[in-house]
This record gives sequence, structure tokens and C-alpha cells, in this order.
Amino acid sequence: MGPAVDVHALEARAREFRKTILQVITKAGSGHPGGSLSAIDILTALYFHHMRHDPRNPSWSDRDRFVLSKGHACPAWYVVLAACGYFDPKHLWTLREIDSILQGHPDMTRTPGVEISTGSLGMGFSAAIGMALAGQRDGRPYRVYALLGDGESQEGSIWEGALFAHHYGLENLTAILDRNGLQQTGRTEERIRLDPVADKWRAFGWHVQEIDGHDMGAILAALEQARGVGGRPQIIVARTVKGKGVSFIEGVVGFHGKALTQAELGRALAELDGAQKG
Amino acid sequence: MAAPTTTTHGMKATRDAYGEALVEVARGDPRIYALTGDLRDSNRLEAFAAAYSDRFVECGIAEQNMIGVAAGLAVSGKIPFVSSFAVFLPGRCYDQIRVLVAQPNLNVKFVSTHGGITVGEDGMSAQAIEELAMMRALANMTVIVPADAVETAKAVRALVDHRGPVYVRLGRAAVPVVFDDGYAFAIGKAALLHDGGDLTIAACGIMVAEALVAADVLAADGIRTRVLNVSTLKPMDEETLVAAARESGAIVTAEEHTIYGGLGGAVAELVTAHHPVPVERVGIRDCYGESGSPRQLMEKYGLTAAEIIAAARRALMRKTRR
Repeated sequence: MGPAVDVHALEARAREFRKTILQVITKAGSGHPGGSLSAIDILTALYFHHMRHDPRNPSWSDRDRFVLSKGHACPAWYVVLAACGYFDPKHLWTLREIDSILQGHPDMTRTPGVEISTGSLGMGFSAAIGMALAGQRDGRPYRVYALLGDGESQEGSIWEGALFAHHYGLENLTAILDRNGLQQTGRTEERIRLDPVADKWRAFGWHVQEIDGHDMGAILAALEQARGVGGRPQIIVARTVKGKGVSFIEGVVGFHGKALTQAELGRALAELDGAQKG
Repeated sequence: MAAPTTTTHGMKATRDAYGEALVEVARGDPRIYALTGDLRDSNRLEAFAAAYSDRFVECGIAEQNMIGVAAGLAVSGKIPFVSSFAVFLPGRCYDQIRVLVAQPNLNVKFVSTHGGITVGEDGMSAQAIEELAMMRALANMTVIVPADAVETAKAVRALVDHRGPVYVRLGRAAVPVVFDDGYAFAIGKAALLHDGGDLTIAACGIMVAEALVAADVLAADGIRTRVLNVSTLKPMDEETLVAAARESGAIVTAEEHTIYGGLGGAVAELVTAHHPVPVERVGIRDCYGESGSPRQLMEKYGLTAAEIIAAARRALMRKTRR
């Protein structure tokens, strides 16, 4: 993607993506809107500015890799992949349907652009580490990006991976933590406390940045800074809001894994359109 | 481990054969990686680590992450051989194997050492007696239990040419070498070791040597026993097993594993579907092991030629009663 950053254009894209995400989840009748909306600004920044990738050649050996470790947010990823041209956007309307290329959780055997299948939490991160290790050992220039959930960070394997990636000095690996503060049944800090989460990653030897995960300029700057870090992996702790962009979804635990009704969808789209005009 | 007295070519642990064979195949194939979780000595990967440090990955005592790393290497064009103890691989990382490797059908080879009860003195927590059932249950997974060092070396070579996930169970202790170098191994093919039409013994792993001893004893009583080495539990050699059922009319299975879901389960599933005959299963009878020498454990937990002979007599009774 081009070097000139048009932050406003990226923000506009993300706004449109929010609408499509909610529409396809409602069409599917199930899915995870909250965690999709918290992650969409990060995904937009990665795919429409930061990462080196070629949708016409998804198996280009030196492409940057992206792994959605919090696999349940895949509606957001699918919308972005479709917009990039990895597959025809018409498939979005088959999300979660029988025979669809778009499964309820990412399936690398069905969806172009999906590097590794995920769905069980804590796993994609380790696979991303394997990809980064291969790149390091082969001396390839590609980078690997892994988007983690904060609830997911309660899985022990995340911390196994954190040790491993630091031990091997995987400077080609950037993790982004979608720190929306909620998990399926409540606030992360009320289920199993994660804070001070940035300090934990620092203690594991990672380069850590803390940003507002909905500030497009901040996301781009943090990704750029991470790319320049040598000798160790990096994590961007992105403070986000689950359901960001729609007032009645924001911060509401109940929208972790529930589609909006048609009436709710209408209100949500109107809000997002209003935000666009304002 | 001692005991079987049929002609064998000395004793050697299958894990020793694995370490040697992997070094050999990796020489000409830069795609081959070896991963272990702080068990490079036990898994016999020290020679590999020394010869190919750039393709050896120490993962530490963290088996879940190790599987993910292997999956990431596999999608990057590598052929990772992942090793640990059979209790941990797959027991400690089963969901990772299922989601990251089996479901996407990735080219990862799992080679566990210290399978079965003959791990011995470390006791029941260290004795994997149910992992063959676990791995058999995964679609796309091939499951192999070599009988000896010769078959292990040949299996390692076959794994490189086979695309897709495979689980191989190896042992800790030295076991009789039952094959000579002329033995032809093929994934999915059961080998006929001893022909006969009265009864079939289908065995895998260390129980193949016991089965051969049992066949000799039965022969002295005029019972002509067919012995099959069913080293590939999945996909099973249907043709050979169904022919054995049809031609011999009774089958005894013998494995160092629970009688549920392993070789005995697989043979019973196959035979009931195609040509039902009496099947007697020799294996661990729904219990856990304990500390002891391998031979003591085999005797206490019913993994001997004598046990196979007793099962053979039961199977023959059931066969003639029909």
C-alpha cells in the first residue's frame, strides 16, 4: 500500500466496515459483534496501510502474515478481506451458512487470505510465532501480526508463546492486544484479572506500546514504531471499546456473541451514518 | 526388556532408531525441522540438534505453544517433527493438535517416545495407555505404532513422503528387533509375519514380538496362526484384516494400550462392519499402571505371549461354538 497516509480515508473505511459487519452478523443470525467492532480500526490500519500483501497473490512468499488469534472476531476480518479483494464480497452474505467459504471461526482451507485456522483461544498466537520463526530462520523480510483478545490472554498458552517469542528474539513479530475489557460473561478484571497487563508483557521482555485502539493515527504510528524495533517481539496494547461506534452496544457484555435484531440494526446503522455526516 | 524367544536380531529402542533416521532424512531435505519440549535427550534428538541447529527448535516445557509453532512452520513450507513423551503429546496439547493441525490437515509429524506402560518405573502419570484412541479419533490423522527399530526407521522415511498429519508412538525401553532390513514398510499396510488359517493375531508395537512367540506355542498344539503386524492403526489395512477374518474366522488383537479405542477397537469396528467373527482383545483392561520394571508391568497388566495364547483359546472356543 502507498506510503502517504490518509487517516481520514482509513477512518471512513472503518466506519463503512462497521456497518457491513453488523449487517452480515444480523443476516447470519449469530456471531460476535462486540469484539468485531473493537478490532475493526486495527484491522483497517493493517490491511489498508501497514502490511505488505497482495490480494491477487495470497500465497506470495514474502507477504506479511496476519493471524486472528481471537478468531470469533472473524466477521470484521472477512469484511476487510473482501474489501481488499481476497474474495467476492457477495460471500459475506453467506457467513455461517452451510457450504459457505466464511465459517463461524476462521478456516484456512476455505477462506482466501486466512493464514491459519483459529477458533480455540490462545492458539493462533502460537502459530503466528511459528511463522515468525520460519521467517527468521530463512532470513525472509516478511513480518507477522497477531491480534489477541484480552479474555484470550487468560489462556496459559499465550504466556508460553510470550516466553518463546522473547527467547528467540522474534523481532519480526508484532502482537496487538484488543484490550476491550470484556469477555463472554463480564469484565475481564472481574473474571480473572489481567492488569497491569502492559507490565506483564514488559516483564516478559517484549517491546510494549499502549495506545487508544480507535485512534487511527495512533494505530498507524504504533505499528510503524514496532516495525523498527530490533531484537525482540513487540506488542501494542490497544485500549478499545467492545462494540465501538454504536452507543447501545458499546461496553455491553450481552453483545459479545449475539446478533443485532433487524430493529437494532436499523438504529445502529442510523447512528453510524450520523457519525459519518457529523 | 527381555522375554520373547522367537528369532530376533538383538534389542534396540524404537526411539534410538527415530533419532538416527531423522538425522539421515534431514540431510537431504532442508524442510525437515525437529521440535521438542525440553526432551532432546529422551526423544533422541541430540544428534539432530548438533547436526542441524538451524532446524532444531527447543520449545521448553510448553507443549501447547509447541504445537502452534509447528503449525506455523508447516504453513511456511517446513516439515516439523514434533516430539515429547506420549503422555504429553497428545495429552497436554490435544485441542491444539485438533484445531491447528488435524482440521486444516497440515503436514506436521508427531513422534512421541515413552509410549505405553513399559515406560516403567516413572509410574502411571508417565504411562500413555490411551493416546492411540485419542489420535485415532481425529479426522485426517494417520496413526502408526512401529514394532521395532527397523520398522521405525522405515516409517520415518515414509513420513517425509506422506503429506498430512501423522502420529507415531515409540517406546523408551530396548525391544526385540523382529525385522531385518529387507522388511517392506508402507503406511496403511499390515504385514503378514506368520501364515495360518485357524486364527489371526493382529498386533502392534511391542506386542508383535509377543504375538510371534504365541504363534509358535500354538503351532505346537497344531493351531495354525496367522500373525499380522498392524503398525498403521489408521487408516487400517481393511483388505488384509477382512481377509483374515474371512479366512481364519477369529481374531486376537494385542496392543500396549487400553482395550478401548486402540487397535482392538479399530479391528472390532472393521470386522463387525465387513465380516463379523469373534474378536478377543489383549491390552490394558480399563485401569492405570504403576511403577515397576517393563517386564513386571507387562506381566501384571496382561501384555504377554501367555495372555495372547489364553485369548486365542477363548477365540477358538467362540469360533467353534458358532
